[in-house]
Amino acid sequence: MIEVRVQAEHLDSPALLAALELAGVGAIASFTGLVRSDGTVTAIELEHYPAMTQTSLRAVATEAQSRWNLSGAVIVHRVGKMAVGEPIVFVAAASAHRAEALAACAFLIDRLKTDAPFWKKEYRGEHADWVEAKASDDARASVWD
Amino acid sequence: MIQIVYFARVRETLGMDGELFAAERGTKIAELIDQLAGQSERHAAAFSDRSKLRFALDHTMVHADAVLNGAIELAIFPPVTGG
Repeated sequence: MIEVRVQAEHLDSPALLAALELAGVGAIASFTGLVRSDGTVTAIELEHYPAMTQTSLRAVATEAQSRWNLSGAVIVHRVGKMAVGEPIVFVAAASAHRAEALAACAFLIDRLKTDAPFWKKEYRGEHADWVEAKASDDARASVWD
Repeated sequence: MIQIVYFARVRETLGMDGELFAAERGTKIAELIDQLAGQSERHAAAFSDRSKLRFALDHTMVHADAVLNGAIELAIFPPVTGG
């Protein structure tokens, strides 16, 4: 089962996890990314490339399924404006055993960061700046090459 | 003609979401960027640092040496920062 979603609405990670648990597979690993503040960031805004986003997320989830024996792979990413502390992204992998679930979960978020067309803008009050990509994200994703 | 679409800082610097551009089939993206950069001061500014540009041809990420080859849509954007 692959589920991939892009949404402006709040991300309900407990409900997403509960849906995976219903499949009753043995092991579920998940990652939730939240809006971080360095003390001055007040909100962030996520822009994406609608014609490409769904396809690229599905490709990441499909590749995870081909690498590990998964019964489920879920990716949900929010777009639009969100406040500090709110979830931005949720990924999860379900498998019979923890090693595969954990590895697949790490793969989903590492690859999403370099392969999916999203861009973050940070707000500090009225002032907004685009977030620069980190070389460390490329390095993490290339671990899976 | 190829439909070009812009995102994030590139879109903001240009002040537009996209444009139609006449380009030969055999043109490489890097060559197209050179042509686009000469269109206006805004284009020159948006494409001044080529190391900060990424591309997708018909919704697939490609490098600057990719050839247009009849593609319908070229997206030009900064390195992605999702997740």
